[in-house]
Amino acid sequence: MVDFAGWEMPQQYTSVKEEQEAVRGAAGLFDVSHMGRYEVRGDSAADYLQGLVTNDLSRLAPNRAQYNLLCRQDGGIVDDLVVYRSESAWLVVVNAANREKDLAWLRDRAPRDVEVVDRSDELSLIALQGPAAERMLPVEGVDLGAVRYFGMATGRLAGAESLVSRTGYTGEDGFELFVPSTHAGAVWDALVAAGARPCGLAARDVCRLEAGLRLYGSDMDEQTNPYEAGLGWTVKLAKGDFVGREALQGIKNEGPRRELVGLGGADRTIPRHGAVVSLDGREIGVVTSGTYSFWLRRGIGMATIAAGAAPAGSRLGVATRNGEGVAEVVSLPFYRGSARRAAPAQS
Amino acid sequence: MAERYYTETHEWVAVEDGVATIGITDFAQAQLGDVVFLELPRVGKLLEAGDSFGVVESVKAASDLYSPVAGTVLEVNENLNTSPEQVNGDPYGEGWLIRVQLNGDLGQGLLDEAGYESLTHGQSH
Repeated sequence: MVDFAGWEMPQQYTSVKEEQEAVRGAAGLFDVSHMGRYEVRGDSAADYLQGLVTNDLSRLAPNRAQYNLLCRQDGGIVDDLVVYRSESAWLVVVNAANREKDLAWLRDRAPRDVEVVDRSDELSLIALQGPAAERMLPVEGVDLGAVRYFGMATGRLAGAESLVSRTGYTGEDGFELFVPSTHAGAVWDALVAAGARPCGLAARDVCRLEAGLRLYGSDMDEQTNPYEAGLGWTVKLAKGDFVGREALQGIKNEGPRRELVGLGGADRTIPRHGAVVSLDGREIGVVTSGTYSFWLRRGIGMATIAAGAAPAGSRLGVATRNGEGVAEVVSLPFYRGSARRAAPAQS
Repeated sequence: MAERYYTETHEWVAVEDGVATIGITDFAQAQLGDVVFLELPRVGKLLEAGDSFGVVESVKAASDLYSPVAGTVLEVNENLNTSPEQVNGDPYGEGWLIRVQLNGDLGQGLLDEAGYESLTHGQSH
């Protein structure tokens, strides 16, 4: 078990390699209840949220979800989050390490008629991820075949009314299940009985990295803007005013100073978080995420480098424990799983 | 089977007929997670007790390996080039790392089973 933002979480249940193979080949099961779940209530909830996030919620239909960012006035990223719009409610899911910060951010900016309710304790969040997820999910009252990627529906899991969302953080098809915490154990056990394999944080991290998905706190933070993180597609400057819009417009006009690139390790090089990246002996950036992928049989990572310094195909030096390794700049994602999408969550 | 001794850096050693077989402990492999690569010395290399004799790289981190004994490397477990997971699956058996011809007694400061047990007790969650 490891400490993760104050939560005691399994790094692995058995083996990262085997857990990841389950996700890519059948289905893996992740307890992601450490993430924050906030419901935004009130008549002006939609307008209020639209004024905080970078993506365009006016394009989000009921029973759909959208990848989003909260930015500061200067364009720095406060957090990345998914906004879920059910028939009757707005729900946001935020990173575990940012729960308190985000809740304060949301509440401090809420008008009088909007209430931000922390539902993290009463609703557990379980992710079932993999090509067999639809077949394994024992949900009643939902035609899963009719739920598209980033769509959602309400059904019953282990007898409890739950929100079933076709989203995830692995690059695979799959579901995130918002289950009453009283029933979370029963749902977990039912999914294990259906053949899903419990997976820890390490398997989740390598899956998201292969899928090119950023991790807040590693690949981006408040000193990073969306364009530097390669998340400019989530910024809809034309949608109307929102926090950070003016600064982001300026950054877009000037062009970002840094960019996030994919790194594929040559030979035995494994890029590790914090390692200096260089081109022809000149330091150009730093590794933000990295690990070894058993699935791709190479070290993979992401790095923030000076914008334009190293196009795809460039060979970079990467500092390692005993000297310098070599990595190639590659386009993201490293791997397209069963989610089969050109880019994550372009809704 | 010869008795195993342990280092505070989580290697184990078992000596039979003047030859020491060295590996990493079950505790070490569990802490490292899945082993990805090993860098091991060439046969014939001379080691002093406490020398770094290689690196084990796991999904989590790269870690140095330290020799519990002084001697000459006689044999390296070549199977680990293709099956590094044996270090995780069978750290005291198929997952051994090197064999060393001792040129003296066992190094000072090695722990027995009970000593190592008390060292690692409470270190993992």
